[in-house]
Amino acid sequence: MPHDGHDHSHSELTETELRVRALESLLVEKGYVDPAALDELIDTYETKVGPRNGAAVVAKAWTDPEFKAWLLEDASAAIHSLGYTGRQGEDMVALENTPDVHNMVVCTLCSCYPWPVLGLPPTWYKAAPYRSRAVSQPRAVLAEFGVELPDDVEVRVWDSTAETRYMVIPMRPAGTEGWDAERLAALVNRDSMIGTALATPAEGAA
Amino acid sequence: MNGAHDLGGDHGHGPIAPDPNEPLFHDEWERRCFALTLAMGFTGQWNIDQSRYARESMRPGRYLETTYYEHWLHGLEVLLAERGLASPAEMAAGAQQEPAKPVARILEADDVAAALAKGGSARRADASAGPAKFELGAVVRARNINPPSHTRVPRYVRGRRGRIEKVHGVFVFPDSHAATGEEQPQWLYAVRFEGRELWGPDAEAGAVAYVDLWDDYLDPA
Repeated sequence: MPHDGHDHSHSELTETELRVRALESLLVEKGYVDPAALDELIDTYETKVGPRNGAAVVAKAWTDPEFKAWLLEDASAAIHSLGYTGRQGEDMVALENTPDVHNMVVCTLCSCYPWPVLGLPPTWYKAAPYRSRAVSQPRAVLAEFGVELPDDVEVRVWDSTAETRYMVIPMRPAGTEGWDAERLAALVNRDSMIGTALATPAEGAA
Repeated sequence: MNGAHDLGGDHGHGPIAPDPNEPLFHDEWERRCFALTLAMGFTGQWNIDQSRYARESMRPGRYLETTYYEHWLHGLEVLLAERGLASPAEMAAGAQQEPAKPVARILEADDVAAALAKGGSARRADASAGPAKFELGAVVRARNINPPSHTRVPRYVRGRRGRIEKVHGVFVFPDSHAATGEEQPQWLYAVRFEGRELWGPDAEAGAVAYVDLWDDYLDPA
C-alpha cells in the first residue's frame, strides 16, 4: 500500500501519522530538510539497496576463493570493492558458516544492521522477541525460523554493540557444483546472511 | 543507561513471528519518519550515539509498547527540542513560530546518493589511542558499570568473563560521544562469552555470544 495514509481524511489518521505529518511540514518550513531529498532517501532503500547486494557478495565468495579469503581477512575492503559502500556498512566483518560453526547476528541494544549489503532490517530483527532471546536461546530462536542444527555445531551469536557490522556467509548448498555466481546468488536469501536461515536448497531455486 | 532497550536475555516478549511478505515500510508515516531522521542527521546537530540515547531514553513501558519507527520519532522530537531546532509547540502545530536556527548543512536530493555511499566510519587511526590494553586471546571481565547515561556494554555481559577473539582497531567511544560529543577513540574488540558464563547451567549447549566492547568496558581477568 504505497500511498496509504495520504488520501485519508484527518479523522482516519492515527496520532502518530499526524505527528509525522506535522513534523515534516515544520522541518520543511524551517528549511532544515529538502522534501525531494526525503523522497530520494526512501527510494534508495526501497529500490536500490537491499539483500541482493549481500547475495552477490556471498555468491562471489562461493565461486572465487581469492575473493573469499579477502572477504574473511578484510571484509570492508572486499565488500567495498564491489561497490557496496557507505552508511551502516563502513566497517564490515564477514562470518563464515561451516559444518562446525553457525553464526547469527543480532543487535540487542537497538537495530544495528549492515545496510549496504542487506538493506534496512526486517521488523522482527528490530523487535523485542528476537533481540531478547537471540543471545540467550539461539537454538530455540533458530527453531522458530525452522532451522535445526546438530548438537555438536557451535552457535555463535554476534551482538552488534559497536559500529562494526556483521554479515554471515552461509554454507553453499549441495548440488550446485558448476553453478555460476549469478545462479548461486538466487539461493542466498536475506535471512541466511543474518544467520537465522540456511541458504535456499538448490531444488528450491528459480 | 539501564533502559528498556537493553533486551538481551529478557523473557516474555513472545514469538518472533517473521513475516516473509513484509513490506519495507508498513505505512507512509514510517517512510517519512525514516527519511526525516536521516535527513536531520545530516544537519550535523547531533551524532549517532546521541541519537541512540534519545531513543533509549523513552519511558520503559512506552518503549516496549511502541514500534521501531515510533522510537525513531520520539528520538527525533527529543533532539529537535533539545537543540532548539523546533519547539514542542511548533511540533504540535506543524507550523513555524520561531526563526530557524542555522545548521551545518542541509541534505539536497542530488547529494543523497553520494552522501549515503560515503557514510561515516567511526574508525580512527590506531595512533589516536594509546596502546591496546588487551591482546588476542586475553581473558577479560566486562566491568560492572551502570551509568545513567549512554553506554554500549549490555547488562547481560557485565561482570562476566570472556576472551578477546578479534581486535577490531580503534573506534569512537560511544559513552563520551553521546555525553559530550568527544570521540575519545579507544581499542575495540570482539569478546567471546561462553553460554554458561552468561546464563548459568541452563545455557543452551554450544551457544556462545560475541560482543563488541571497548577498552574502558574491560578489566583483565
